[in-house]
Amino acid sequence: MVILFTSKPSIIACGVAAGPLEQRSVFYSYFDSVAEDERWGQKSNEQGHSKMIQEACDIVMEKAKIKNLDVDFFLSGDLVNQMTPTNFAARELAISFIGLFSACATSVSSVIVASLLTELGASQYAIAGAASQHNAIERQFRYPINYGFQKPATAQWTVTAAGYALIGKHDPNLPSIVAGTVGKVVDYGEVNPLHMGGAMAPAAYDTITSHLKKRHQKITDYDLIMTGDLGKIGLKILKAMFAQSGEKQEDLEIFRDAGGEFYGEDEKFQAGASGAGCSASVFFSYIEQQLKTGRFKRVLLVATGALLSPLSYQQGETIPCTAHAIEITME
Amino acid sequence: MDPQEYQQLEQQITPPTPYVKNVLKAFLVGGLICTIGQAIMYLYIIFFDFTDKTAGNATTATMVFIAAVLTGLGIYRKLGAFAGAGSAVPVTGFSNAVVSAAIEGRTEGMVLGVGGNIFKLAGSVILFGVGSAFFVALIKLILVTAGVVKW
Repeated sequence: MVILFTSKPSIIACGVAAGPLEQRSVFYSYFDSVAEDERWGQKSNEQGHSKMIQEACDIVMEKAKIKNLDVDFFLSGDLVNQMTPTNFAARELAISFIGLFSACATSVSSVIVASLLTELGASQYAIAGAASQHNAIERQFRYPINYGFQKPATAQWTVTAAGYALIGKHDPNLPSIVAGTVGKVVDYGEVNPLHMGGAMAPAAYDTITSHLKKRHQKITDYDLIMTGDLGKIGLKILKAMFAQSGEKQEDLEIFRDAGGEFYGEDEKFQAGASGAGCSASVFFSYIEQQLKTGRFKRVLLVATGALLSPLSYQQGETIPCTAHAIEITME
Repeated sequence: MDPQEYQQLEQQITPPTPYVKNVLKAFLVGGLICTIGQAIMYLYIIFFDFTDKTAGNATTATMVFIAAVLTGLGIYRKLGAFAGAGSAVPVTGFSNAVVSAAIEGRTEGMVLGVGGNIFKLAGSVILFGVGSAFFVALIKLILVTAGVVKW
């Protein structure tokens, strides 16, 4: 489903807080704050996760020179059970809050909801975004942190990062959201939870083609189409799908993936980064700044999410995936 | 593109698992761990009052202790990422599974956190290990009683 935002809500300000390991990210210089302690001085990883979300939101408000009382909505999600890190951060922020879960696609689904509320006139300022903390998420989905096991080349590394954007009324000098696509849930039968890129690529393909079709656009109408966390292998699969559908090889360079690029070529991270904070931290730092400087005029940001749980794959279920997209322009 | 076509495409692009390389790494590291264990066993026999039969338990305990310390220092995780089955199969891997789960549960307290989680990964090893040992012993007992083999 493609939604056109005729009032063109703008991204007023962004804030990204990241963990210590994220200093190794190629996007490091675009982040607003990088913690020395992955728990942000808290007792547990989950509390640190929550603190990181608060910090990113505080940065957003500080940059926009507003206070929490000025913000109408806080729209956010994470990957921990019942999204307690986000819920607890919302308690401290004291802003009207709706928790959203689209797994790693929450960074964009939250912006779509914020844009709708802005378009409706219900919101003057809304903070939207997502976050993930490596240790808390690994514990949720995989093995204990110190358990030694061999990861395949398709595995990805959950980032410790929180990325948030303040969505407000249209400002011609700022990046503006002109359209959004709410993705369907797509399942092509992938069962391996260590090959998320392979599971999510069809969802990204479905959302991108739906968006382009409804908007009567070609991929070359964009300066960049960036997916969230397909990883290096998932991005290759996505490009191959577009190649098969008749796109020219040289045009495929328009596709990039935040997760695939996040840690550069470091082999420690296998196929790249993942997690709700991966797309959020790249979209709401690097991409926003590149739009502001005018390097990009029109981008399609496609956050991808795998909607599985440890229980679902142990019970032999396949991995349903989704992708949500926002089209952002800079005048 | 239907799911079957997609799975073909996915398989073409996904790099194959380097089984030969993984097996070699597992062989080397697993062999190294066992060699260290053997050396410790000899030390117990030469310098302490242990025999071939009694040194086994002391050696196992020592190896488990070393792996527990390495797990706490975050070194065993790195070893496991390199060696795969090489560091998972020896008794040190069992120690790693127990200790890593215990560390993770620490934030929920000693009883519910550490106590409740410590055998999260190793529990199935204990269950099927003890279970299969029982049946093997039972078979041997039957064979010995029947006079087919001796103890």
